[in-house]
This record gives sequence, structure tokens and C-alpha cells, in this order.
Amino acid sequence: MARLKSKNDSPLVPMPSDAYIPQRDLGKTPVLEARHLGIDFGGLTAVDDFNLVIGRTEIAGLIGPNGAGKTTVFNLLTKVYQPTRGTIMVDGYDTKGMSTVQVNKLGVARTFQNIRLFNNLSVEDNVKLGMHNQIKYGMAGGILRLPSYWKQERIAHERALELLSIFDMQDMAAAKAGSLPYGAQRRLEIVRALGTNPSLLLLDEPAAGMNPSETAELMENIIKIRDTFQIAIMLIEHDMNLVMGICEGICVLNFGKVIAKGTPDEIQSNPVVIEAYLGKKKEA
Amino acid sequence: MKLKSRKLKKTTVIDFATYIGVILAFIIMNTLKSQGMLTRSLTGQLIPICCYIVMAVSLNLTVGILGELSLGHAGFMSVGAFSGIVAAMSLQSVIPSEALRLAIALVVGAIFAAIAGTLVGIPVLRLRGDYLAIVTLAFGEIIKELINCLIIGVDEAGLHVINATGTKSVNDLGLSEAGRVLIKGAQGATGTQTIASFTAGFILIMISLVIILNLVRSRSGRAIMALRDNRIAAESVGINVTKYKMMAFVTSAALAGAAGALYGLNFSNLVATKFDFNTSILVLVFVVLGGLGNIWGSIIAATVLTILPEALRGFADYRMLIYAIVLILVMLATNNPQLKALFAKLIPVRKGENVNGQA
Repeated sequence: MARLKSKNDSPLVPMPSDAYIPQRDLGKTPVLEARHLGIDFGGLTAVDDFNLVIGRTEIAGLIGPNGAGKTTVFNLLTKVYQPTRGTIMVDGYDTKGMSTVQVNKLGVARTFQNIRLFNNLSVEDNVKLGMHNQIKYGMAGGILRLPSYWKQERIAHERALELLSIFDMQDMAAAKAGSLPYGAQRRLEIVRALGTNPSLLLLDEPAAGMNPSETAELMENIIKIRDTFQIAIMLIEHDMNLVMGICEGICVLNFGKVIAKGTPDEIQSNPVVIEAYLGKKKEA
Repeated sequence: MKLKSRKLKKTTVIDFATYIGVILAFIIMNTLKSQGMLTRSLTGQLIPICCYIVMAVSLNLTVGILGELSLGHAGFMSVGAFSGIVAAMSLQSVIPSEALRLAIALVVGAIFAAIAGTLVGIPVLRLRGDYLAIVTLAFGEIIKELINCLIIGVDEAGLHVINATGTKSVNDLGLSEAGRVLIKGAQGATGTQTIASFTAGFILIMISLVIILNLVRSRSGRAIMALRDNRIAAESVGINVTKYKMMAFVTSAALAGAAGALYGLNFSNLVATKFDFNTSILVLVFVVLGGLGNIWGSIIAATVLTILPEALRGFADYRMLIYAIVLILVMLATNNPQLKALFAKLIPVRKGENVNGQA
């Protein structure tokens, strides 16, 4: 899969006309394209006819009331669930039949709503695990401590500290991930995901449990990550200041269906969205 | 940076302390042995202790580091023991050097146990949940029964193997006059030349420690521990779950096989029922008592719990009862907040690490 990922041989897919994509990303293969995506759990349709295109350097938002199916969409995109219907294209490649691991190698990394760190390992090891597929030495190299082991581990160590420094966390490198404060654990998940060298980063409620000043800092950092790594970021968030502040395109989900798509301004004034969040106005 | 260098030092210090502890223990025991200061029963226990240490350390890789429960570790020991015996005995005339034959036997034992581990692992390690415990439990029993009905002999034409079901006996092997029977079904391996030595046991322990400690500190070991901590997150960062589960499980089985070969070549008679469910549980007790994922803990637990029953020979009948009680006590004690606080005080390094982590 990694061999396929070279940016040059990526086939150009014609852009669907109804897609929202920032001006600068037009003309490039979208990093993610979902068409008519859907999944049923038994008789229950959790997500249906979900269409989305994300540009190469776009920051996209996925919002909706509780239980709308937002995390299910993330689980579909990362193949935690295999979709019942529809296709997902990553970098122009169909991900049909791929596993979570393969999709990650194609360039999709994520964080989790309920934090999933490797709690008994150090912060640095957590980041190095994100870089697992970039560290190239085998089992024998590790056991016999061949030169490749020392060289690769040194590079990995430096790179891990560099990634941690995005959130100014390099001083915590030796601490156990499970012993970190809540906010730091959320940030570490983002760093670990970045370690996989993604082209699309999926953040599931990155600001949950953060106070306003932490959230403001997070917003700056998300933009910083996009600018530094030139990647697309898609986030699920309930904090509307964050979503409206940094997302360029927003997709609103309700009862597993997309009810609106557009820029933050369009979404804020969309009567369908307001109805989904606040309910219908009583007829006078 | 400062913290990092300290942390590197800490894991390296623990690893080196383990190596040095084992080396010192070997030198002391070897000196005492050569001076004739050890009791006869303890001298006889030295090689089994080495075997059980390797068993405990290798099972710790599966249970403590990979986080999968295996209840058939004695099965791999059995596979290693009998394949090692057959290898060593059939090469008796070809290779005169005992040390070389022992080394070959250990390697053969490790390879056969690794094959058995692969066969068990391929279907089971793809599943989630406690299937490995159930299947390894069955595997241990199957191996025991299988070896119970094997008759293996050797002559100049090579190995002769028959399945001792029904009326078949040693005479059906079709050995020539120079041939010898190595394994006689339910009677097990008899007349084995005991070529195992304490030095070989020590070398095997050191090799196992190097393999496991270096594996844990490498890329692969990190992936294995990541699976234990959070499988879903491990998949999300591109770690191949089945591959690393297999790596840990097969390595663990291979080391158990080598330990089994050493064990088998320490006794002139060995029956397959020696490696039963109780032995598997015994090794699991070593691992749990020593602490999951704690390698030097496994070494100490294996040593103490192998010597103890011999020292308390009079209580041998109650051994399994005492193990059960000790296990329950350890479980209660490790979950006791007061005791945890006491341990935290006793081990200031760990406490300090957490405080630094919070800062």
C-alpha cells in the first residue's frame, strides 16, 4: 500500500460538482471522497447516503446532535466498520475490502472520542508507535541490536520529540501516558496520529473536556498542524466556537443523513440545521 | 531531554541488573556446587530451576507483555522435551561432543515447539477474546495424549515412528539389531543419556533474557505491548495485530521448547504426563507471582517456588492448595491501597517518575 501512495502516480478523479472544496485545493485529487456511504446494524440504518469530498489541505467539520452517527462515519472511514453500501476513496484509491491497518497506511489517521492511548507505555513510546510503519527494522534487528536498530531508534527518538514539541510536550516524553492530565492525553492522541504521517487526520471531539483557553490554543494548533504538514483535517466537535472558527467546510448530520453542507456562515443561517439542533418552532 | 536520558537509563539499569543478578547467582551456585556445599536435593534441582525460569520468562512474554492468557505452556515444553530427546539420542553415534549434541537438541526442541505454536496461533490469534486460553488448554492435553501413544526408535536406517494404538508394541517398530527404542509410548522416554548441564541451563536463561528484554525494548516489542494496552488504537496507527500476536506467541513457544529439551535431557526417564495441566498452571503461578510483564520477578518466583516444595517435602501434598491460597493472597494484596502505598514508598524511583510525569 505504501508503494501506491506516491503522489505522482495518483490517478486524477473528476471532481463531483456538488462538492464543497476550498479554492486552493481545486484541481487536485481530493484526499477523501465518500459516495453513497451507508451502514446498517441489523435492521437499524445508522448512516445512509453519506457523500463527502475533502480537499487536500481543507479543515472540515462534521457536526450534528447526539446520536446523529458522526463517530460511525469516522469508524466507516477508518474501516473499524465495513460499510454496507457505498465507496470510500482515499487519495483516489478505492478502499473496498481494506482493513483499518491498510487504510492507515494509505494515509488516514484518527483520534478517539473516548481516549485510547497505550496507557502503560511512555509518552515517547506512544508517539513512536504512531511512527511504527516508518521505523524500518525487523524483529532480528531489534533482538540482536544491529546497527539499523540504533540508527532507526535514534531517528525515531528525535522525530518523536519534534512531534511532541508541536504541543510543547517534549518534557513529558518519559512519563506514562496514563498518568497525563486529561487535556495532555487528548493532545498526545493527536501527536500519535500525526506520527503515522497521514494525509487526512480525523479528530473525534478534540476539545471535549477542555476549558475555553485550552480550546483557543487547540484551534491555533490545528491550523498550525494543517499549515506545517499540508494535510487535510476533519473534526467532529460540539464546541461551535471551534467549528465555526476554523472549519472551511461543514457537514451536518442528523439521524444518519446529511442535512446540510456548506461554509460556516451558510450553516449558521440554515433553517434545517437550526431545526435539527433546537427543534421546530411552534405554529402560532 | 534530561528526563529522556534518565528514563533510558532506568530501563537499561533494570535490564542490566537482571543480567548481572543471573550471572552472579550462577557463579555462586556453581562455586558452591563444585565445593560440594550444596545438599544433594538442591544440586539435583539446579537444572529444573533453570528450565522453569526459562518457562516463566517465556510465558511472561505471552501473558504479561502480549496480554493473552495461555494455559498450555507445558505442552510446548513437552514438544520440545521429546523432540530434543529424539534429536540428542539419534545423533549419539554421529556427534561425540555432548555439548554440541545438547545445543542441537535445544535448537530442535525450540523449532518443533515453534511449529506447534504457529499451528495453534494461526487460527486462534485472529480471534478476539479468551479463545487462546481455551485452545492452549486443549493443546496441552492433546500433546500429552499424543506423545503417550508414540513409539519412536532409531537404527542405522534412521528414525522409526509408529502410533501405539491397539496391539502395536515396540516389536512392531522393525528396528535392526543395533537399533534402540527412544520413546516407549506411555512409558515415555527411557534410557536417555543425561547430557544436560547447569552451565547449559545458565546459557539458555541468558539467551532467553537477551531475546525477551531486547524484543520488548524494540519496535516489535512496543507493538506487542500496544496490542495489550489498546488493540483498536494499535490498529488505527497501522499495527498488524495478528503478526505481532504471532511473533510474541511463537517466540514464547520456542523458548519453552528449548527449556523442555533441557529438562528432558536431565532425566533418564521422562513420561509425557509430567507436562500436564498442573505444570502449565505452575508456570502461570510463577508469572503471576513475579508480576505480569516483570521479567526478574518471574525469575525469582520460579526459583523460590521450585525450591520451596523440595524444602517443605512434608507438605508436598498440600502444595497445590498452598499455591491457590498464595495466588488469592497476592491478588488481594496487589489491589490493596495501603499495600500499594507501602510499595510506592519502598520504591522511590517509580514514585518520582510519576511526579515528574505530572509536572
